[in-house]
Parts: sequence; structure tokens; C-alpha cells
Amino acid sequence: MTILQPLEKKTLAEKLYLVRFKTDTESHLKVDPEKCKLCRERGCIYICPADVYKLDEKENIAISYEACLECGTCRITCEFIDWKNPRGGFGVCYRYG
Amino acid sequence: MTDKFDCIIIGAGPSGIACAFAMAKAGLDVVVIERGEYPGSKNVSGGVLYSTILNKLIPNFWQDAPVERHVVKKRYSILSKDSEMALELNFNNFNNPPYNDSFTILRSKFDRWFAKKAEDTGAFVLTETVVDDFIWKDGKVIGVKARREDGDVYADVVVCAEGANSLLAEKSGLKKKPADNQMITAAKEVISLPREVIEDRFNLEADEGLTMEFFGDAVKGMIGSGFIYTNKDSLSVGVGCPISVMKKRNMHPNDLLDAFKSHPMIKKFLRGGKIEELSAKMIPELGYKNLSRLVANGLLIVGDAAGFVNPSLYREGSNMAMASGVMAAEAILEAKGKGDFSEAGLAGYGKRLQESFVMKDLERYCDAPERLAEAPELFKEYPDAILKMAEGYFTISDMPKREAQQLARRHFKDKVSIWKFLWDMYKVRKSIL
Ligand SMILES: Cc1cc2nc3c(=O)[nH]c(=O)nc-3n(C[C@H](O)[C@H](O)[C@H](O)COP(=O)(O)OP(=O)(O)OC[C@H]3O[C@@H](n4cnc5c(N)ncnc54)[C@H](O)[C@@H]3O)c2cc1C
Ligand code: SF4
Ligand code: SF4
Repeated sequence: MTILQPLEKKTLAEKLYLVRFKTDTESHLKVDPEKCKLCRERGCIYICPADVYKLDEKENIAISYEACLECGTCRITCEFIDWKNPRGGFGVCYRYG
Repeated sequence: MTDKFDCIIIGAGPSGIACAFAMAKAGLDVVVIERGEYPGSKNVSGGVLYSTILNKLIPNFWQDAPVERHVVKKRYSILSKDSEMALELNFNNFNNPPYNDSFTILRSKFDRWFAKKAEDTGAFVLTETVVDDFIWKDGKVIGVKARREDGDVYADVVVCAEGANSLLAEKSGLKKKPADNQMITAAKEVISLPREVIEDRFNLEADEGLTMEFFGDAVKGMIGSGFIYTNKDSLSVGVGCPISVMKKRNMHPNDLLDAFKSHPMIKKFLRGGKIEELSAKMIPELGYKNLSRLVANGLLIVGDAAGFVNPSLYREGSNMAMASGVMAAEAILEAKGKGDFSEAGLAGYGKRLQESFVMKDLERYCDAPERLAEAPELFKEYPDAILKMAEGYFTISDMPKREAQQLARRHFKDKVSIWKFLWDMYKVRKSIL
């Protein structure tokens, strides 16, 4: 019986695919590249539940703001993140929440 | 928009809507400005709605509201890597109205319904609109700047109900940006399962609900917890820990959630499920001493933005949000009567809060987060040691019971200092129960 099968496994990317987003053309999140260069902890990279912050080939922080769940955790984690609310109606749009 | 309202409320969560509802009912012109596509579209909770206040605003609301299940069973458990110790409570009395004022909800549905109720009462709810700042004049808030054309909106008084990510409250100068040990970060999934399976698996009758909280290895021995709540035909499954603790362990919230879901004691509950949605949100645990200032000239702060969440085992946020919203409304009505919206004119808000369960409970549990932070053993060493000892007690072998029990106890004492253990338990009981 299917009901006794283990819960399906999904990667983070697959899970984010289930979330409804209305994507804006501009990022509501900004970092200060100068500060990031000096930052050793790079807390933004692992504290974000949606992997919005990643290191690119040149070791700069790249921001996939499109996947942001708008929890605000990165803003509390790092004082150099400039966090604005996305434009009205844009961003994450939970169907369950 | 150049009209002037009696009151502008920022945010259509439980606190903002309750506030709007109470004021609209008294005949005031109120507008709620919400950034989401619809009320609830940005909102997440574990999902127990504590409804004492709501039931006063809308008697017997459960007959109409999109509630999932009323909670009759509560289960608390401590996990080690491979064992569990649980306490389950089951109250048949909670099957009768008002159902112990505890209902599981999904916020995108519930908040939308609640906002509609406020609209029916006469409030104006403006969605898809972000407020970026307050408009100040002569040391008094006289309106807000909304991010849209002609976005300056004016009112006698503004209520900030923006929730835990409190950009505006901080901008106003009333609130300090919370530190990372004052905020819990939570990740959650809604996992669907057929109704009958949920009722069978968790031993529930129709519409009965269960909440389960898991400590210890549920969140890798960190301060914090995991949870499973039953909805009608889905489960809300999540984890939450202080950001400071997550940072120290370089922990990724989604990895923590996946680890929780695949724990041997947890995965059994989730069999056959289908993941419907991932969500994330913060819970404020500012502590009584660090709460936001609540009032300025022409401005009040309510709900999560003000830090009104009970940090103990009770974990109440929704009712504190609604209570503070209603008390703000009452204070504004009082201020309107006097024609005085200054800080002094609005002082009735603080007074009402002080006399209510909101401040009394926040004060009573003021040091819960600190006490827990002082005894990290509670979440790792103690559960592991207790469960090992219990395993020793209950393992069937050819060893005489007395020897087996001695061995089990010795094992516990080797791992744990008994006096520190008792002292920690005493402190914790005092601060979280
Ligand atoms: C994982 C989790 C589990 C929880 N479990 C429980 C529980 O079981 N029981 C319980 O009682 N509580 C629980 N809580 C707490 C509860 O959800 C909150 O206390 C409650 O939602 C607070 O209500 P609020 O109205 O203050 O804020 P919110 O519900 O956060 O509402 C704020 C609203 O303001 C809007 N907004 C914000 N900024 C702006 C802006 N600038 N312009 C326009 N609109 C804006 C947002 O979009 C949102 O709609 C939980 C919280 C979380 C995160
Ligand atoms: S955003 Fe903050 S945490 Fe991330 S690398 Fe830059 S400075 Fe460090
Ligand atoms: S708000 Fe949350 S989801 Fe968005 S980038 Fe920050 S941590 Fe990630």
C-alpha cells in the first residue's frame, strides 16, 4: 500500500519549485561586496533556508532573490545585508503558510 | 490617495486585523495596508490559533472560519538518536465548544478569512501595497509612505502590525534591531495525507486534532524544537531554533528540517505523504526586558513587531497578537474621545497590556530563553543519558534485574552530574511551565 511508503524525498530546489512566487525584476536584497570580501563567517550562505546567497566563481556573493521566502533571518544574521520588502504583491505568495 | 483616515494599520496579520475589526465595529474609518497579494500570502505559523480573543470578536467563529482541527491531544517528546520518551495528553472535554480555544490553522486561508470579516465590518483592506516609512511632523506620526503612486496616506494615528521582521518599528526608533539570540528561525513543510489516514494514524475522530512537539535530537540537540501538527488533510511539519544557535553550528534550516523528517521516530508519522509547500519565518523571543517601546505620538506597535510571543512551552503568539490589536483599538477610541493622539493620549494601550495576560505572561516567562541557554545539556546530554538509562531498565536479559538497574543508573551517573541535573530541571520547570 502506498500509504506505508516513506515520505517522498525532495531536494531544496524541488521544494522551492512547489512554492508560488511572483518574481520582480529587481532584487529586494543587497549586500556590500566590500564587507563580504572581509567577512570570514559568511553566515548568509548557510543560514538562509532557501539558499539565496551563494559564492560565485570569483568568490563574490551572488543573490538569487527570486527564491527568497522573506523570513528575514539573513537580516538578523548579518548587519551588512540591506533588506527591503519586495514590491507590493511581488515575492513569495504562500498557498498554505 | 489623499484622504485622511482615523487610523492606518500596517499589516493584515492577526494583530492588525483584530485591531481593524474592533475599530471598524466602533465606526471608525480604518485602512489596513498589506504588502501581500492577499492577507495571509506572506504569513506562516506552526499553526495553533489560540482563540480566546477571536471568540469575543466573532462569537462561535469556528462555524464559519477555515479552521483545520480543534486540538484535543498534545504530545511532548524527547528524542535521542534512536529512542524516544513521550508524554501524551488527551482531553475529551476539549471536544466541546469553545474547544479549549485551540485550533490548527493554515495562515494563508485563515488570515484571508479574518481580513474579509474586518472588511464586512467596514474596514478597508488595501493589498499589494508596501509601507516604506512613517510620515513624521513635529515629532508626531501623521501618516505613512506607501510604495505606489500618490502613496502618502494620512491618519490621526498609525498602528504598526508588521510582524517579526520589524523594519518599520526599527526605523521609527521605538525598537532596537533584535540580536540573533532573540529570534528563532523556523522552516516548515505542509505535507498532505488523506483525511482518513491522519485520523487513523494519530487516533483521532473527525475534526479532532493533535499537536506534537519534539526536543533533543529532533533538532540535533540544540535549543529549539521540531513539531508536527495535524490539519484536516495535511500535516504541518517544522523545526525552529534561535538564530545564534544555528549560526554557531553552521546549521542550514532546510537541512535541519530534512534531518528531523528522516529521524527514525519521525519518519513513521510521515509515510505516504506528499510535500505541498516549504515556508520559513522568524519568531521573536525578545524577552520581557527587551520589548519594544510601544507608543509614540500618533503611533502604536502591536503583535510580533512588539515582541508579544510567550517563549515558554505554551508558545502563544496568535492570541497575544489579537489581544494587543484589540487593546490598541480601545486605546485609540479613548484617545479619539479626548481628541489627543499624543503618546500620553494613547497611554491606555500600555495600561491595558499591563493588566492583561499579555504582559503578565511575558513577565512570568521573562527568563525562559536565558535559562534554557544556560543549560544546553537539557537538549543533548540529559535526553541521551535518560533514554540510555531507560533502555537499560527495559532491556530483557539474563542479568538479574538488580544488577541491570544498577548498571543503567551507573551509566547515567557517569554521563551526568546528578546535582547539576536536578538543579537544571528545577530552574527549567520554573521558567517554562
Ligand atoms: C513557525 C512558526 C510557528 C508558530 N506557531 C504558533 C502557534 O502554534 N501558535 C501561536 O499562537 N503562534 C504561533 N506562532 C506565532 C504567530 O504566528 C505570531 O505571533 C502571529 O502571527 C503574530 O501576528 P502579527 O499580526 O503580529 O504578525 P504577522 O502575522 O507576521 O503579520 C504581519 C503582516 O504585516 C504585513 N506587512 C509587514 N510589513 C509590511 C509593510 N511594510 N507594508 C505592508 N504590509 C506589511 C505582512 O505581510 C503580514 O501580513 C508561530 C510562528 C512561527 C513563525
Ligand atoms: S552578506 Fe554578510 S554574512 Fe554574507 S558574506 Fe557578506 S558580510 Fe558576510
Ligand atoms: S529573508 Fe530568509 S529566505 Fe530570504 S534571503 Fe533572507 S534568509 Fe533567505
